[in-house]
Amino acid sequence: MRLADVVQRLELKVLVGSDLLDRKVSGGYAGDLLSDVMANSAAGQLWITIQSHVNIVAVGVLRELAGIILSQDRLPDEATLVRAEQEKVPLIQSSRSTFEVSGLLFKLLNE
Amino acid sequence: MLYPRREFPIKEMDFVRAGEASLQVKKILQEIHADEDLVRRAAIACYEAEINAVVYGRDGVMSLEIDEDGIYIYVEDKGDGILDIELAMMEGFSTATPEIREMGFGAGMGLPNIMKNADEFTISSAVGEGTRLKIIFRTGWKKTEN
Amino acid sequence: MSESNTEGWVTLRRVAQILKAKVLASEDYLDREVQHVECTDLMSQVLAFVQPGYLLLTGLTNIQVVNTANISGLIGVVFVRGRPPAMEAIAKAKAVELPLLLTSYSMYEAAGRLYMNGLPGSSD
Repeated sequence: MRLADVVQRLELKVLVGSDLLDRKVSGGYAGDLLSDVMANSAAGQLWITIQSHVNIVAVGVLRELAGIILSQDRLPDEATLVRAEQEKVPLIQSSRSTFEVSGLLFKLLNE
Repeated sequence: MLYPRREFPIKEMDFVRAGEASLQVKKILQEIHADEDLVRRAAIACYEAEINAVVYGRDGVMSLEIDEDGIYIYVEDKGDGILDIELAMMEGFSTATPEIREMGFGAGMGLPNIMKNADEFTISSAVGEGTRLKIIFRTGWKKTEN
Repeated sequence: MSESNTEGWVTLRRVAQILKAKVLASEDYLDREVQHVECTDLMSQVLAFVQPGYLLLTGLTNIQVVNTANISGLIGVVFVRGRPPAMEAIAKAKAVELPLLLTSYSMYEAAGRLYMNGLPGSSD
């Protein structure tokens, strides 16, 4: 499924990367510990987290993630937004919790 | 004073024992039959303060005093002090290192969370002078005696 | 079919079934009803949003998870990715009657499976 479709179906808000939505989403990864995401996530996954500081972008790049969904209306700080633009990592926001976003995404991708 | 003043040491960077001071306070509040909601709010506020002291405070101490008006919790540490208290009180603002974040802390919610749970909360701190928190929960016990 | 009480809440026992989870501590309390599920590795997030019937899914394995859960009144904790918590965390959980479960599913997949089985998040 394309990231654009996920954004639409899950009613997500794109903060960075509206020109990057054509990429394919292979699955999801939920977690807030960077070391864990670095070790266990896979390319093409959408990362769902409440961590909003600048280091999340590096993780997105290194793991070739489809993008990062900040749940619970978390707003990334200025540094994070800038870095995401530079590194071309989609930053997306949801007002729902990590549990709900994960649940909805899982349901969507397993339809 | 209804209950003798108690003091609980907080050791810097001891993440195994972190939380024990708060659990002691919680136990005491339960022993004196404080309201369940108050006990929970107090435990959360204490825990946030204790974790802050463990992470940033060098060494610290949590003190508990109880009288007919309320429950008073003081947390004092010998850390570097807070440069900008207003900033520190903002949700999400954090000076945590990556290592601390990887332990599940450092989300920047501690001080705002203390404020949210306490009936009264004052913080005083200056660079080089450590930090002192005063966290108060009003019990209204005095009123019910009349 | 599914193990829930008369009001329709799912129990921890049913959660353990759905997640094919092993019970690490306090298995006498699996009849607790789950009213709310959260997924996070950050303890402040747990402390900031106290709710009745709150079940936590987490990958954080240190003893502070148990302290946080105890202080916040959580009904249980599920550790994901097959990584159990430290021994002292399990011992503490037993002492405070906090159920600990361990699932091999990732946090995302565990959340997905629970969600598909009707478990509520914060908007419900």
